Amino acid sequence: TLAERTNLAGVQHIVLVLSGKGGVGKSTLSTELALALRSAGKRVGILDVDLCGPSIPRMLRVQDSAVHQCDSGWVPVFVGQDRAIALMSIGFLLERPDDAVVWRGPKKNALIKQFVTDVAWGDLDFLIVDTPPGTSDEHISAVEALRPHRLLGAVLVTTPQ
Amino acid sequence: LAAHLSLSLAECPGTGSAQAGRAAACQGCPNQGLCAAGAAGPDPAEVAELRARLRAVRHTVLVLSGKGGVGKSTFSALLAHGLAADETKQVALLDIDICGPSIPKMMGLEGEQVHQSGSGWSPVYVEENLGVMSVGFLLSSPDDAVIWRGPKKNGLIKQFLRDVDWGEVDYLIVDTPPGTSDEHLSIVQYLSATHIDGAVIVTTPQEVSLQDVRKEINFCRKVKLPIIGVVENMSGFVCPKCKNESQIFPPTTGGAEKMCQNLSVSLLGKVPLDPQIGNSCDRGQSFLAEAPESPATLSYRNIIQRIQEYCEQQHLQEEKIM
Repeated sequence: TLAERTNLAGVQHIVLVLSGKGGVGKSTLSTELALALRSAGKRVGILDVDLCGPSIPRMLRVQDSAVHQCDSGWVPVFVGQDRAIALMSIGFLLERPDDAVVWRGPKKNALIKQFVTDVAWGDLDFLIVDTPPGTSDEHISAVEALRPHRLLGAVLVTTPQ
Repeated sequence: LAAHLSLSLAECPGTGSAQAGRAAACQGCPNQGLCAAGAAGPDPAEVAELRARLRAVRHTVLVLSGKGGVGKSTFSALLAHGLAADETKQVALLDIDICGPSIPKMMGLEGEQVHQSGSGWSPVYVEENLGVMSVGFLLSSPDDAVIWRGPKKNGLIKQFLRDVDWGEVDYLIVDTPPGTSDEHLSIVQYLSATHIDGAVIVTTPQEVSLQDVRKEINFCRKVKLPIIGVVENMSGFVCPKCKNESQIFPPTTGGAEKMCQNLSVSLLGKVPLDPQIGNSCDRGQSFLAEAPESPATLSYRNIIQRIQEYCEQQHLQEEKIM
């Protein structure tokens, strides 16, 4: 669709941050990677596809932000000192921060597809995609939706044990 | 226009309900087609079938978190070992983390296979009175990735409950993956055939964990799953050399204690970080047996006792009612 071609057309590189394991520091690394790339003068976005446990908004202190719509779709939340990191997370769509997103796979897949195609990312050097632990719906859907675009690769995070 | 999921979250009739896909709030929901086609959750008839299979299970405890890597599997394994120390009790440990099954390694059962008999799949026994089931036992190699979408995972969980010959069990402990999704919905729905005593929710002290754990507590309330209490893992570290205590995961917002106060949930205990725990788990040994003098062992044993008391009390109350 025209929207698909438009919304990710300005993104140069896409990096997935994966692990199999939970609690090893994926979200922490995604956040630090984004901040480091921004310091190096790059235009950066973060797509948080952890729908059950979205950590990125709090890590960037924007947990109370809301998402707005424009003609090309959803406008990401802009964070960082110069409001220059674009962020999309289900965290921004919850009425209350403690609301549980109790969704089965098909519903998660639908939202992830929307996050990929309907967010107006604009021109980015890097889009970092933070994922939940596992190898399931979120991962399959994110890769399927991102594959037609410039999918650079994955960084895998672990701890020693 | 601020975008909100509020409509779909507040008015969603539930993917497993009779109204799934058909309620007014379903219009425009990306999942509507699937819900209306009934591809969402367990069939009530199947739930009845499970009731027969699980009739001989006295107590069921779910080990949950919203957060990954906080020690659910570690706790499940130690709870199983702790309860099975009483040789008169029959304990079953069911691992429904399909993508990242940790229980086989932690119980020293890597490489074991599941055998079938006339009465179903046989659990793998660590002790005579401690049986284990996990997808890990079904893989040809431990590094094989199980890349399954929700419906297929639900199918295996149902098989674990329906086809495993658990026999007479005093305690069924169910270890879960992080989150509030298919596995969690399915286990609660399938186990509605039997009685779930409650959930033990595991966390670590920092706010990034607690924010996910609050969601898990809300999940439990949403599906009417009683909460036995919360366990705070990795709660302080005492250096074996200088005996100085450090907060590796500082409780910047008051830790589990504050959260439990705010949400009127019981704090079962705090367990300090002991590197021996991870060491024992990696080698498939019981940390409680290998480090009986550790402060962490003392904490775990107290927590296990509180869980036992909770379950036994529930039983007594039910008997009174009957």
